[in-house]
Amino acid sequence: MIEVKNLEKSFGDSRVLKGVSTVFETGKTNLIIGQSGSGKTVLLKSLLGIHSPDVGTISFDGRIYSELDSDEKRELRTEIGMVFQGSALFDSMTVEENVAFPLKMFTHDNRAKIKERVDFVLERVNLIDAHKKLPSEISGGMQKRVAIARAIVNNPKYLFCDEPNSGLDPNTSTIIDNLIKEITEEYNITTVINTHDMNSVMEIGENILFLKKGVKAWQGTKEEIFRTDNEAIVKFVYSSNLFKKVREAYLKE
Amino acid sequence: MLIRYLSQIGRYFLMLKEIFNKQTKWSVMRQLIFKEIDDLIIDSLGIVCFISFFVGGVVAIQTALNLTNPLIPKYLIGFATRQSVILEFAPTFISVIMAGKMGSFITSSIGTMRVTEQIDALEVMGVNSLNYLVFPKIIALFLYPFVIGISMFLGIFGGWLAGVYGGFTTSVEFINGAQMEFIPFHIVYAFIKTLIFAMLLATIPSFHGYYMKGGALEVGKASTVSFVWTSVCIILFNYILTQLLLGS
Repeated sequence: MIEVKNLEKSFGDSRVLKGVSTVFETGKTNLIIGQSGSGKTVLLKSLLGIHSPDVGTISFDGRIYSELDSDEKRELRTEIGMVFQGSALFDSMTVEENVAFPLKMFTHDNRAKIKERVDFVLERVNLIDAHKKLPSEISGGMQKRVAIARAIVNNPKYLFCDEPNSGLDPNTSTIIDNLIKEITEEYNITTVINTHDMNSVMEIGENILFLKKGVKAWQGTKEEIFRTDNEAIVKFVYSSNLFKKVREAYLKE
Repeated sequence: MLIRYLSQIGRYFLMLKEIFNKQTKWSVMRQLIFKEIDDLIIDSLGIVCFISFFVGGVVAIQTALNLTNPLIPKYLIGFATRQSVILEFAPTFISVIMAGKMGSFITSSIGTMRVTEQIDALEVMGVNSLNYLVFPKIIALFLYPFVIGISMFLGIFGGWLAGVYGGFTTSVEFINGAQMEFIPFHIVYAFIKTLIFAMLLATIPSFHGYYMKGGALEVGKASTVSFVWTSVCIILFNYILTQLLLGS
């Protein structure tokens, strides 16, 4: 479980996060949604320790990040898996080497054991024939799956995904969403996904945090989104006619 | 403006400190060092050999053409070639050329990693990205004096070939000149300079790549800025070291 308390972050005169408090639950897909500039990425980067908050605390199963020393922070980071928006695979390494990287860096496993684990996670994300290919030789969807494989290879306790569906077709997006959800439940990890994609929200949103101008404007499940009267979330989610119709149909049922 | 430069210098020294913190596992680091030796040292040998050979030849020809007085002995061609190549051309000017070749390679490769969030990925995993990216470059560039040694040899060899086969001097005169009043400390001085330039070549382009912001266009701009600053620092340190080591 990740608990965020009264988080504030400014860049110069611009206050990006204004006292955000929330809980991201273990074994669930926690989504952060909101318009561009609402502070989603800053919140995610604060959770990752890339940005230090000005005020407030973030605790990982009771461990308050700002109170840890540098060794403890690095130790905690080895428990984190991250899927970046652009996948962030290492260009000079093959798919296999990318996935093996965290194991080579942080474990004392021998080559055979590393290979066994890499083969297992690549199979888990349905990538079997791409071991020796470079990231530039595979499609965007495959790159995302490699990024997920790299993120989970070390058995992380926390999985963060920044816009995992950006640039993907609807079919591949659904595959990636379902893969993340399955992995979250299977390994009982705390998954936090930053997304714009309303399909993902409807597909896998078990705990949804809606940010508006750096403030928590709403939090709930995907079912609650249909019933809520909160003006901000209704305006954001149902800006498209398709979702308006989906909501009407859901409420009629 | 001055505060901005001072803050950049401060940041550069903080970066140097961070490079040596939290070392990457040796089994991984060893592979990185070999890769950097290949990218930075072995890949530079071709251009260094080509330039050194022909510039050495040009130095010999120009010296010969300027010796119009018949009282001045021809062995001075060998002497002048040796002195120019060992003292300045090989350590300093090859380093300025390498600021363009190696420097832009280092800045653009690290800058691209920054733009594509690969550095963030390293940090999130708990890897000291500065140690992972810059430390192997520094170690690889400990072999840079080897490159400069080859440059010295080929520069003098090019001078001998141009002098003798161009009809400006005889082989015996050139070799006599090249051996005349040889001061071994000049070699020491050249290699001290080379080691310091190697450190500048590894760290200044890394600094510009690591701390760049923006997209692909900014990677190109960072490479240019890094070349300018690396060259400026090489020239500046060349002056300071010459004054310190040969001036007294």
